[in-house]
Amino acid sequence: MELGDILLAVAIMLGKSLLLLVALLIFIAYALYADRKVWAAVQLRRGPNVVGPWGLLQSFADLLKFVLKEPVIPAPANKGMFLLAPLVMCTLSLAAWAVIPLNAGWVIADINVGILYIFAISSLGVYGVIMGGWASNSKYPFLGALRSAAQMVSYEVSIGFVIVTVLMCAGTLNLSGIVESQNTSLGILGWYWLPLFPMFVVFFISAMAETNRPPFDLPEAESELVAGYMVEYSSTPYLLFMLGEYVAIMTMCALGTILFLGGWLSPIPFAPFTWVPGVIWFVLKASFLFILIAMVKALVPRYRYDQLMRLGWKVFLPLSLAMVIIVAGVLMATGNAPGIR
Amino acid sequence: MTVTAAFFYLFATITIASGFMVIASRNPVQSVLFLILAFVNAAGLFLMMGAEFLAMILVIVYVGAVAVLFLFVVMMLDVDFAALRQGFLQYLPFGALIGIVLLIELIFVVSAYVIDPGLIRAPAVPIPAPDVMTNTEALGQVLYTRYFYFFQAAGLILLVAMIGAIVLTLRERVGVRRQNISMQNARTQETAVQVRKVPFRQGI
Repeated sequence: MELGDILLAVAIMLGKSLLLLVALLIFIAYALYADRKVWAAVQLRRGPNVVGPWGLLQSFADLLKFVLKEPVIPAPANKGMFLLAPLVMCTLSLAAWAVIPLNAGWVIADINVGILYIFAISSLGVYGVIMGGWASNSKYPFLGALRSAAQMVSYEVSIGFVIVTVLMCAGTLNLSGIVESQNTSLGILGWYWLPLFPMFVVFFISAMAETNRPPFDLPEAESELVAGYMVEYSSTPYLLFMLGEYVAIMTMCALGTILFLGGWLSPIPFAPFTWVPGVIWFVLKASFLFILIAMVKALVPRYRYDQLMRLGWKVFLPLSLAMVIIVAGVLMATGNAPGIR
Repeated sequence: MTVTAAFFYLFATITIASGFMVIASRNPVQSVLFLILAFVNAAGLFLMMGAEFLAMILVIVYVGAVAVLFLFVVMMLDVDFAALRQGFLQYLPFGALIGIVLLIELIFVVSAYVIDPGLIRAPAVPIPAPDVMTNTEALGQVLYTRYFYFFQAAGLILLVAMIGAIVLTLRERVGVRRQNISMQNARTQETAVQVRKVPFRQGI
């Protein structure tokens, strides 16, 4: 009987994971479409508009194209690691979604240290890039990988401090707990984006740097490095890299939603708005963050590498460190610090 | 219970096997990758003991930062492996000595545990039950109260080590043109652009 229970639990877990995976991938297909449409609209172009009505099926056509093409593996490449790198990238970025709550109780693994888990998994994303760059055995991918390693490690520090400030206000490491702690009668004004606004900005910019989004896409800067660590990749391995990158961006959007925008909570905390299912609010907020990131890609030119490092270490690190101390001081002085016995 | 045991043996086997591969594999990049595998599996073992905070910190600090820098260095350095193997016999006695000392210490710990389990099991601060407070909270309660000065001292030592490394490697090279961001930002159209009337076929 015990074995039956275990098998049932495993089957339920698998079913949930599969459901989330399918929903996430379809959402990302349209996020990609939205990304290109926003980019096109800013530049007064039409963007994808041929495949399906208004080009809605463009992402699926791209998927088919990538899968059907022939994967080319360069002769001097380290073959095993060359193919392992995109898998690592994609798997790790998908793994972060195991702890993200889409609604009250809608989470695959409601673990106590959810935020640390996401932080750990997102810090592992750099391995896909480094392994890909090294295994390609070619100059541009290697330079891209080195840049990426330095960049991702630098911006993790400031993201860590941003998370610490939110945790001090919430008093828990559980992601559902963080959302619940923002559940006040103030609605949208009670979420953490308002009291911690500088940290929200730091998080938004660091999230773009962490996921190699423009204007911080130096690891794949096409004007300097052709396509960085992705130069030698084609077909499905390339698709996995791209997919991993977009999943990581969506993870950051979801994390921003949970930490600063109240997760699944309704912005206006009374009747007709609280009837809307929480998952819809969650998707709307995450999409809002994604559209903001897409706008930044279209509007801001790429940073220079020394500017990027200066921003991370000399601007964000002191700022977020100071905010940690200020927030801790204010919480203690006003007696609002959660969990102090 | 059997599932727990199965997972324990899975993690433990992979940890030891990848630990062995770290020293056995010929390619240093593969060594570092096996080291990462060992770290991740050690985190899995921590998780099984209920030390979830330590498990996550192990992944964040060692896998996410330290091993990245290892990999960074190993990939950048053009190491001649034949030359590395030359000194193997020369260093063998030292390696053997360190290994034997570690082995003896491990035997001491294990035998002390076998002779009197109470000797090791008695912590200075009672460990609260998992249902009273979470692992993270319990750690924070002792780390920032009872062991506050030790904790701060450890942080200071790390800071000193970091400053030392920077000071040792910082070279002030002459003739290098540096970027001064505030000066760059202070430029206006008047100071940056100069309109000249250039005489024909003479240049400036």
